[in-house]
Amino acid sequence: MTSLHPTNAQRSEGTAAAPLAIELVGINKHFGPVHANRDIHLAIRRGTVHGIVGENGAGKSTLMSILYGFYTADSGEIRVNGTPAHITDSRHALALGIGMVHQHFMLVDNFSVLENVVLGAEDSAFLAPTLNKARTQLKALARDYGLEVDPDAIIENLSVGQQQRVEILKALYRGAETLILDEPTGVLTPDEADHLFRILGKLREEGKTIILITHKLREIMAITDEVSVMRQGAMVKTLNTKETSPGELAELMVGRRVLLRVEKGPASPGKVLLDVEDLVVTDDFKVPRVKGVSFQVRAGEIVGIAGVAGNGQSELLESIAGMRDQLLGTIRLNGEVLSLEGDDGAARARAAGLAHVPEDRLRMGLVTTFSEWENSILGYQHSYGSGAGLDIAKARATAEEYIKKFDIRPPNLDLKTANFSGGNQQKIVLAREMERNPDVLIVGQPTRGVDIGAIEFIHNQIIKMRDAGKAILLVSVELDEIRSLADRILVIFDGKIVGEADPATADETELGLLMTGSHAGDVGTVSEPGTLAPHETPVQQTLTQMSPQDNSGKDPNQ
Amino acid sequence: MESYLVDITLILDSTVRLAVPLILACLAGLYSERAGIVDIGLEGKLLAGAFAAASMSAVTGSAWLGLLAGIGAALMFSGIHGLASINFKGNQTISGVALNFLAAGLTTFLGQSWFKRGGYTPQLSGDQRFNPITLPFAEQLREVPILGQIYFELISGHNIITYFAFIAVPVTAWVLFRTRFGLRLRAVGENPKAIDTAGISVTRLRYQALIITAVLVGIGGAYLSIAQSAGFNNNMSAGRGYIALAALIFAKWRPGPALLVCLMFGFLDAVQFRIQGQVFPIIGEVPVQAIQALPYILTVILLAGFIGRAVAPKASGIPYTKER
Repeated sequence: MTSLHPTNAQRSEGTAAAPLAIELVGINKHFGPVHANRDIHLAIRRGTVHGIVGENGAGKSTLMSILYGFYTADSGEIRVNGTPAHITDSRHALALGIGMVHQHFMLVDNFSVLENVVLGAEDSAFLAPTLNKARTQLKALARDYGLEVDPDAIIENLSVGQQQRVEILKALYRGAETLILDEPTGVLTPDEADHLFRILGKLREEGKTIILITHKLREIMAITDEVSVMRQGAMVKTLNTKETSPGELAELMVGRRVLLRVEKGPASPGKVLLDVEDLVVTDDFKVPRVKGVSFQVRAGEIVGIAGVAGNGQSELLESIAGMRDQLLGTIRLNGEVLSLEGDDGAARARAAGLAHVPEDRLRMGLVTTFSEWENSILGYQHSYGSGAGLDIAKARATAEEYIKKFDIRPPNLDLKTANFSGGNQQKIVLAREMERNPDVLIVGQPTRGVDIGAIEFIHNQIIKMRDAGKAILLVSVELDEIRSLADRILVIFDGKIVGEADPATADETELGLLMTGSHAGDVGTVSEPGTLAPHETPVQQTLTQMSPQDNSGKDPNQ
Repeated sequence: MESYLVDITLILDSTVRLAVPLILACLAGLYSERAGIVDIGLEGKLLAGAFAAASMSAVTGSAWLGLLAGIGAALMFSGIHGLASINFKGNQTISGVALNFLAAGLTTFLGQSWFKRGGYTPQLSGDQRFNPITLPFAEQLREVPILGQIYFELISGHNIITYFAFIAVPVTAWVLFRTRFGLRLRAVGENPKAIDTAGISVTRLRYQALIITAVLVGIGGAYLSIAQSAGFNNNMSAGRGYIALAALIFAKWRPGPALLVCLMFGFLDAVQFRIQGQVFPIIGEVPVQAIQALPYILTVILLAGFIGRAVAPKASGIPYTKER
């Protein structure tokens, strides 16, 4: 057997001559006035992993939905294995061997794995024979591709990674030869992402074709053979992955040069603005998640808290922001003790000059069914108008100003927040929190699910705040982000600060070890049995540093 | 001793009779809610079914044609509900409530203008009704103590709709959990997107469910007017459609438990008839209204916290829109 992860050099010998699995010729698609896909040409070789990158709204998902039969193109031709195919619905696409793994899984939560796999692909009116057949087949698929899932498990009891495996199994059970994966790692932990990429490697070895839609350039560089870049509905370029670089791809995606690294001058820390002492915080089940944390943030510095998701960062942030009661400890803002107990803790924290950009903008930062201007004053609504009245004109003027200053697009303050892209939603939150001129800004996962172009903007805004003499506490699971933004790094593990590092000199390996609870020097130990040894291959090394979404809040027994 | 046994058998016997429309309406609701369509209009369909069955039977003299008319009326109502809630993606509760009003008004209006008896349909007799069926050997076994008696009094001697209702329960369970249709039906009520991406029409599936719902509730309506009673009278469904919905929640949308809950409600109803006018120690005579309220009070109490969490099918009540 060949190595699990053949290098790009080994692979490309085979790919050059490989026949085309999918060919898209001149695809156009409109949604009302929006031209979502403009004259797309794309050729995907059989047995390769083909990446498609582009910012949110670039038309990647629309294009794939057309290929999958969820939408029909206005014009253009799809060729599958060289034969023109008019794909009218997803069942037709499946019959042609095209399977899709959606970003938001299409699973029935209270069904078993087996039931989900056969749904829509039942052989007869009675279920029993189909279920028996599927059970045998799942066993074979599990063996061949490392797709182990208990066929009788109920979906809602499975982890996100396992649910994704069920989606892949669904496609393979239907005989998919070409698999489309839409932002597959957005919801995965680094370990799960690792596992997924090993599965994809195996699928490629077996001759399957994989189309990977993502906006994470690391993934593209790590696993794809070829990569196509989309921008504003058009296909910009298709490149050989090994002949390109993240910088080039980013530039093609955004349409201008993008600095992947943040440029900032040295910090000039002033007096202590935020002082956290012996903080202990429990989660909703009364389990301590922050276990005696002390640190200080000074004016004019950014303190970054690095750590693997689920090590108490969320509870720490929520506690300082007044959303979660602390069990023990003291928080001082500008020397004054902040009392945050009770339901209006967050309002009091705000009043004292502490602004909070929450980790999950959809759950905590925005009311997505409200319009843009309403969200722009959320939490500060009391300063608009007096008594029960709301000074709408003033609020709208504020929103207008934020839109200009933060380049929020589309510049429509009456649009529902749900209809903005992730990056623009984040800008709405940032504008609201930053423009009130707080002394202390605490920021959680500022660029999760945000486009490259917007990431650059958000990072620069944070630096600007620092240079204006504010104290900034930054929590991110993206180590790169912490390293490029923070002036000091604190590493959190299991609710405790286990180390401090200077981002300029910190060694990535050492930080990684700290984050997984191994002490410096203990190189080679693995955090838990069953997980991969760190840095096993370059591919996995890059993958482990990718930003996962925090799944820790998901209660598996719900 | 002997008379107690007779008393109990009689109560159980009327339990069965009173439970039948509930069972049918509850199963009807089960199909539609499992498919993701809240059907608060069960009450109206029950009423419309009862009226149509009685009218048709009175005019043609055939209970079977009456039954068909009952089903037809329920189908019409289901069609309107489907149009409003599936095609036009309207609010299902509002559509259902509207149907209930429509049924209440229409049955009275049509009844008066057709038969001129203040909303009553003509008294039905003979073949215009579904009459009790005596099961084989019931007469012979009648003298056998207890078992024979139970067979004669409780199991034998019901009309055909009653037997149908009881058979419909295991059949529903089987359809729901052992067939392709059932799998898809359950899926479309939980996550219609999963159905859509599997290349199956959500609209079609939901209409299929509504048709089954209409057939069952139409039969339930016919039972009220041409099997249990001998004619239609105003508002004769008397909230049974709502009780059936409550039973459905109790039963957590499962056929077996639905049967038990409906029997329990039927039992309460039966007991209520028995204890009306009886004098109890200390309390004295319990007002009829208090006893009649019993099933409802029990529903509220049990729903408030004695049955644990009843999780409705997730997509229930939400019109499906293919999103961009």
